[in-house]
Amino acid sequence: MSRNTFLLVVILVLFGFCLWAILPNSKVFGREGFKLGLDLRGGSHLVYEADLSKKDPAQTDAEVIEGVKRKIERRVNAYGVTEPVVQTIQNERGNFVLVQLPGVKDIDEAIKLIGQTAQLDFKEQKLDEQGNPVLDEQGNPEWVIAKGVGEDGQERELTGKYFKPNAAVVLSPQTNEPEVAFEWDHEGAILFEQVTQRNLNKPLGIFLDNTLISAPIVRAVIKERGIIEGLTVDEARLLAIQLNSGALDVPMKVVERRDVGATLGEDSLRKSLYAGIAGTVLVILFMIIYYRVSGLVACLALVVYGLFNLAIFKLIPVVLTLPGIAGFIVSIGMGVDGNVLVAERLKEELRGGRSLGAAIEEGFRRSWTAIWDANITVFIACAVLYWLGNQFGNFMVMGFATTLFIGTALSMFTQVVVTRTFLRTVVSSRMATSSSAYGVWK
Amino acid sequence: MIDFIGKKYWFFIVSAIVIVPSILSLAIFGLKPGVDFSSGTALTLHFGNEVELSQLREGLAKLGYDRVVVQPAGEGDFFVRLQEISSEESKKLKDGLETELGSTIEITSLYSVSPTIAAGTVRNTAIAIIVASIGILLYISFAFRKMPKPIRWGICAIAAICHDLLIVIGIFSILGWATGLEIDALFVTGVLAVVGVSVNNIVVVFDRIRDNLRRGVSRSFGVTVNCGITESVGRSLNTGLATLFVIVALYLFGGVTTHNLVLALLIGIATGIYSSLCIAGQLLAVWERGK
Repeated sequence: MSRNTFLLVVILVLFGFCLWAILPNSKVFGREGFKLGLDLRGGSHLVYEADLSKKDPAQTDAEVIEGVKRKIERRVNAYGVTEPVVQTIQNERGNFVLVQLPGVKDIDEAIKLIGQTAQLDFKEQKLDEQGNPVLDEQGNPEWVIAKGVGEDGQERELTGKYFKPNAAVVLSPQTNEPEVAFEWDHEGAILFEQVTQRNLNKPLGIFLDNTLISAPIVRAVIKERGIIEGLTVDEARLLAIQLNSGALDVPMKVVERRDVGATLGEDSLRKSLYAGIAGTVLVILFMIIYYRVSGLVACLALVVYGLFNLAIFKLIPVVLTLPGIAGFIVSIGMGVDGNVLVAERLKEELRGGRSLGAAIEEGFRRSWTAIWDANITVFIACAVLYWLGNQFGNFMVMGFATTLFIGTALSMFTQVVVTRTFLRTVVSSRMATSSSAYGVWK
Repeated sequence: MIDFIGKKYWFFIVSAIVIVPSILSLAIFGLKPGVDFSSGTALTLHFGNEVELSQLREGLAKLGYDRVVVQPAGEGDFFVRLQEISSEESKKLKDGLETELGSTIEITSLYSVSPTIAAGTVRNTAIAIIVASIGILLYISFAFRKMPKPIRWGICAIAAICHDLLIVIGIFSILGWATGLEIDALFVTGVLAVVGVSVNNIVVVFDRIRDNLRRGVSRSFGVTVNCGITESVGRSLNTGLATLFVIVALYLFGGVTTHNLVLALLIGIATGIYSSLCIAGQLLAVWERGK
């Protein structure tokens, strides 16, 4: 078997594999479908900035951010988001957590769920010497944080930190109102017993991020469990998730938000597909009309190229965004470039009177330096773009850089291996022998 | 053979005719920064019922948003740009407008950036462009290291790229002044992609010139350069056209999100064809003769 036939077989096998890979049939090799970015499937991209001035000084910045990230992940998962992305970004501009929520309907609710500190405190009323509650200027009772002595003899504040992570929304059997039922862990139970004992028949204030949510009267000494009332169903549901994931160590603020409606995403996807198809058809027509056999061969190579590209997007997998698809479509244009270079060289060599076979070898040999040098510069631009996108946390910019890079790298491979193999096959099969078939007019 | 070198001053004049207004526009009007660079919130609102632009503007003013940019975005959609608002405020804005204008509203897209993020973006963009230019200068000097004075090739390439970039950025500046077009992170992406594609074109032409120098086509540097350019015309035009086909298709059918990216590429690739044939090689020749 000659080297060319061998290459032809390899290309065909690869082609078959790629075709199989992009058909959405089974789950092997991540074949569920292409991974679509938020701009194509709809959803929300959020960047939260952590206020580290409020952190526990014993922890490093990285530890705090990692802890916050883990808690946010738990919240997002409990909220029922499919394929969320939670990442930390730390740079000289600050400390951020990036959250991507595909397909979330009520984004405002999700923002509240994720970013709220959810620090739950238990407070008792401040009493004067006579044992009467102290009132502030507005006539509201003043509260002080409830404390107890822990097992090790240390005084501790009673907070949601001592909850077991199994808080749940229940409906009160008496009032049919929603409540969050929780259980104390070992330490919490010891503290709660002391607090309820001290506050028998007095109100105990429950505060979420320093806002009073309810102040039930303590009717008995309780150890293990309790309920939080005075919430709507939605509030209770969010609070239960937040309590189970733990309070965030530092306050978080939304500094960047990008929402894309699902319909807009679908619309964009459809439009990009049309654009891609229209562009490719135009290129194919142009190549065939202008370069004849070389053009046809180039187009076949282009089809192979497109398929390889899509297969790579799927197997890595590359998250496809709108600019990413634009990058892919631009790289189709660039992919043509090498073929044009070769076809032009080929024409020249044929005009110069070489035989077809010799012209092909010479054409390839002499276009190689240009193909190589020209594409390296595109790689430089892609690398810089990727860095820039990473600095922004801008998934769109990164998407463009990624697909353009893959596309350009792959186009070099197709030009050198695929087009050449196809052309050699055409020549050795004697299917087209006149030089006018290669666009040379005598 | 076409005399590309002999007509070089004509080419320079043509470029100047486009570049001078670009520079003037950049100096006088600058670029209109979008939320990526200046912080704020951009919304796309879809109205269930028909709503006039003036009604929407009035409605927004009644809600206390008087410093806003409102543009129709087709099919009952409007683009609204205002100061950075929180998620509660955007909900209030939607509810307020719904009662004010008597139409259901869907926020189809929302993009909000705070000043912390926006401040770093401008700086990073500048770094990116400088790093890319230096990287390319170094690479070209390396690729042409066997030629006499390789740095010169790199500098001529960078000059030709700057030519393309000035035109792209200048046209965005003029469009920003004339139609309110704002630049965003994707515009920057487009500009950097133009850098990549422009260099690609220039390198192909330079490669031909290098090839001709090696083979000793002529003793005159000018004639050698001219040969290189003439031999590249077919390739440059055809590749350029093929790429422009796909980009025009993207521009016409590709949706609004990538509009800036595609427009930058469209202008950049068109000028790139011109600068690779009519500017880059000519600069080399002028520099050689000037010595």
